[in-house]
Amino acid sequence: MNENENLLIVEGLEQSFGGIMALAGVSFQTPTGLIYAIIGPNGAGKTTLFNDLCGFYKPSAGSIRFNGHELCNLPPHRIAALGMARTFQNLQLFFNMTVIENVMVGCHLRARTGLLAAALRLPQVRREEQRLREWAREALELCDLADWAEQSAGTLPYGLMKRVEIARALAARPRLLLLDEPAAGLNDTETLALRELIARIRASGVTVLLVEHHMPLVMSISDRLLVLDYGSVLAEGTPAEIQADPRVIAAYLGGAVQYAV
Amino acid sequence: MRLAGFYAFAAIVVLLPTLFPTNYFVTVVGASAGLHIILAVGLNLLMGYAGQISLGHAAFFGMGAYASAILTTRFGWPSLLALAAGLLITGTIAWLLARPILRLRGHYLAMATLGFGIIVHVMMVQATQWTGGPDGLAGIPPLNLLGWSVDGDLHWYGVIMAAMLLIVWLSLNLVDSQVGRALRAVHGSEFAAQMMGIDIGRAKTRVFAISALFAAFAGSLFAHQQAFVSPDSFNLTVSVELVTMVVLGGMASTFGAACGAIALTLLHQGLVVFEDYEMLVHGILLMAVMIFLPQGLFVGLDQGTRRLWAAFGPTRLR
Amino acid sequence: MLEQLFQFLVTGITVGSLYALVGLGFALIYNASDVVNFAQGEFVMLGAMTAIALLGMGLPLPLAAIVATLVAILVGLLLERFAIEPARGASVVTTIIITIGAAIFLRGVALLLWGKGFHTLPPFSGDAPIHLGGATVLPQSLWVLGVTVLLVGLVHAFFNRTLLGKALLACSFNRVAAQLVGINVRVMLRLAYGLSAGLGAIAGILIAPITFSSYEAGVMLGLKGFSAAIVGGIGNPMGAVAGGVLLGLLEALSAGLISSGYKDAIAFLFVLTVLFFEPTGLFGHKAAERV
Repeated sequence: MNENENLLIVEGLEQSFGGIMALAGVSFQTPTGLIYAIIGPNGAGKTTLFNDLCGFYKPSAGSIRFNGHELCNLPPHRIAALGMARTFQNLQLFFNMTVIENVMVGCHLRARTGLLAAALRLPQVRREEQRLREWAREALELCDLADWAEQSAGTLPYGLMKRVEIARALAARPRLLLLDEPAAGLNDTETLALRELIARIRASGVTVLLVEHHMPLVMSISDRLLVLDYGSVLAEGTPAEIQADPRVIAAYLGGAVQYAV
Repeated sequence: MRLAGFYAFAAIVVLLPTLFPTNYFVTVVGASAGLHIILAVGLNLLMGYAGQISLGHAAFFGMGAYASAILTTRFGWPSLLALAAGLLITGTIAWLLARPILRLRGHYLAMATLGFGIIVHVMMVQATQWTGGPDGLAGIPPLNLLGWSVDGDLHWYGVIMAAMLLIVWLSLNLVDSQVGRALRAVHGSEFAAQMMGIDIGRAKTRVFAISALFAAFAGSLFAHQQAFVSPDSFNLTVSVELVTMVVLGGMASTFGAACGAIALTLLHQGLVVFEDYEMLVHGILLMAVMIFLPQGLFVGLDQGTRRLWAAFGPTRLR
Repeated sequence: MLEQLFQFLVTGITVGSLYALVGLGFALIYNASDVVNFAQGEFVMLGAMTAIALLGMGLPLPLAAIVATLVAILVGLLLERFAIEPARGASVVTTIIITIGAAIFLRGVALLLWGKGFHTLPPFSGDAPIHLGGATVLPQSLWVLGVTVLLVGLVHAFFNRTLLGKALLACSFNRVAAQLVGINVRVMLRLAYGLSAGLGAIAGILIAPITFSSYEAGVMLGLKGFSAAIVGGIGNPMGAVAGGVLLGLLEALSAGLISSGYKDAIAFLFVLTVLFFEPTGLFGHKAAERV
């Protein structure tokens, strides 16, 4: 279990809600620099796992090590500061802001503006505003959103809103990006573009943790997969191994389904 | 031009008394509007930008006023020192209160801020040996700015408007910075804001303390200007009126809050003759604005003209 | 000393019963529409003032009380129709301000109709105090207590025993689902507003003989009722009742033992303390938000 090779190491993670075990001892390691997908039927515990990872829930037991730090009992903003960013299954955009402002909030961890300096609009604040705007623009360009920068986030079509969430998460320059069902609600063209975007993100050196139901996307892009079922790990391996695993086929993929890649 | 609106506003504020130096509506009502603008702009940072309701903001206004009144009349402190002490006391109380109170949401937060306002008001009425009780404290000396004793309507207009412009400028700067965006992010989605690395407890605490400080500042000026304070100036009705100013002009807009403050100040003046109808009109106004123009008068008009401009203006955007 | 304490308890339970009724009104409206109705105290004032006015016009007391309650119910329905319904789906802050506006408006109307003076109702059955183990109890206190117990019992039975009550509860849990199973949500909303206006008015009529009433009388009663509902965990009707009685007792005891001037401050200090430790009240649901 080498922490240099694995950015995220989860061991024996348990999460219970009033007696219901949403996660019953989940362990896995996410290799640095790869795309690691988590699949499983609805209610398998995927989103719960994400919420444990980024500190919204306090795990009942187990440990989460991220980049050499123990995450359990850290509040979300501290975890974010360690280099984790995420998108949300139910959009959590700041609808009261423009697209670029959303992404500039994403740069928050890279900003140094103090309260007093901001109120007095000192020269360094002006310079930092410029810098934040540039960083945000870079993230928007990576996600092909530069044309929409000054639009109000609430007026965008759904597919673009999901993209803004990705741009906003990337603006923080994270080591690990958690994508919670990024393809849900997208059409085929948008899904293809998403696949390309995720590949670009990995190429830029960011490790990606992906929860997704869209099997063609998952199988074509992931380096490794974790299959969850009823809060436990059913299988773990490469896409080819998972597709050949009889337990997975029986429990989840439902028989002889072929996936065009 | 980021501050174009601000300079235009400042120009009007300076121009009015030069044109009408003896007009009651300019110097007296204007000064009163100036204090209300300070209060509304501060409350708007909390309500409009950070999305946290406060139904007890008059308490902070009163703390600043009573701190100045008590320290100058009973202890003979110089007025500027008393003002600073008032800010320090109010800021500390707000800071300590902010964490537990802003953990609450929605109606629970409304209840807690309302309760806090009532507790402070009861103390003003009951702690007679300090506050003078229901009759209040009279004989507050004039504000002394490094040897210059502020006296007369026109001078007060100048001092209050200078203070008001300072507060508006600070607020505009804050809102248009990463600090302001973090606040709006907390309002937009607390989950996402946390994932961006924003410590929402800290963000809320700071904005609560800032808006309390602005209110205390206005309170100190008010105490010296009136030379008299009594609990009636800081009761629940005043808290509700402050909220009215913010929503009347339009939340999440500094100039909106300023417009709301001016509108309500003028409305009070206009209704003085029909005193019995004031409540009725106030109530109808609140309901009507919230039902038909929930984004407020100023913001509603602003957006409307922008839309018209985009449709019929000389150069269409995009 | 013990007798005094008993006296405070009697006063506390009487006042607490009123808070309970007003708090119950808050809970009913909150359940049906997610709105905290800051005009709830004004229903109390309207009930009392209308009854007083009708009595002055020569109506017998029971009839005046019934008509006053009906008037308040009508006002509650009008409020729902013209202030709440047009702003459906608005944010918490917006609805709070709308109902505050409604409260100020109703106070303004009362001011125009009845002026600033204080008015009172004669006690329902005389004012000869009843001696009960060293404490004196006004017959009106017994009226307050009796009617409150009756009304709380009826509301409880309404929610648990009748189909209509269960339909109203269903709306509070999930409005869309309630609509899908054929519940007329609009009617349920009006029912809730009418019911809580009626409860408020009855509370006002019951208390009018003990305290004086004026156009402003509803403000503090409304706030105390809101406190009761919050302490009990908003949206929990029986929690509001418990919160009301608790608040009344605390207030009477602190007025008697500490200082009557500070009783309101102590009551709200108690509410704040409860909220700091239990941010959703003593008996409230701790709902988890989904991400």
